[in-house]
Amino acid sequence: MRVTVRLFARLRDITGAAELARDTAPGATIGEIWRDLAREFPELTGYERSISTAVNADYARMDTRVAEGDEIAFLPPVSGG
Amino acid sequence: MTPLFAIGAAPLEVDRIAATLAGAASDSADSDGAVVTFLGLVRNHNMGRRVHYLEYEAYEPLALKAFERIGREAAARWPDARLALHHRVGRLEIGEASIAIVVRSPHRGNAYAACRYAIERVKQIAPVWKREFFDGGDVWVEGATANPDDEGARAEAERLACA
Repeated sequence: MRVTVRLFARLRDITGAAELARDTAPGATIGEIWRDLAREFPELTGYERSISTAVNADYARMDTRVAEGDEIAFLPPVSGG
Repeated sequence: MTPLFAIGAAPLEVDRIAATLAGAASDSADSDGAVVTFLGLVRNHNMGRRVHYLEYEAYEPLALKAFERIGREAAARWPDARLALHHRVGRLEIGEASIAIVVRSPHRGNAYAACRYAIERVKQIAPVWKREFFDGGDVWVEGATANPDDEGARAEAERLACA
């Protein structure tokens, strides 16, 4: 099953991509996708406890299950305003 | 027509944002007695560094939903206050406005409170990031872990708004 991963700010710098396509097992959680990504880009590991996540532009949790075609976003701590 | 909530690269036009709220109250309600405007400006110093400029980035569709949520939260807490909120992205020079919040209400107290609440909530839950370019380098500023369901954070924003 294919999903799109969106990365922002420092996470985008670490991976070198604003958007990545990833194949994942049906019923995978966002947390599993994150951990796969962190294996690929070890610098991400430090963000494990401070990131937020979203599915299809709605806030979600790391145990949220994803579906084919979903857009998963990983968000470092925010600094708007 | 200028929307109540927006995020984009265009410079902020406070008068146009304020105009979106004018006359929105029903005839039966008290007419507005107060407009409170907050503009957040790019500062030339931060954490002891001399800042040259900032670049803002956002997850725009989620940012818009976060602004709308903040509007609903403020309306639930201060029912007679009406709020508009626009945020900029892209490169911003020192002194430029990165965010504009306008609140209208029959009375100033609620307008001030709702405005302060909105900026505190933006800093907690809006998926927006600033990258600071200073003498000798640049850094992504990282503040709060965004969690809209964190009631403790929401209560803290309300406490600051009512202080």
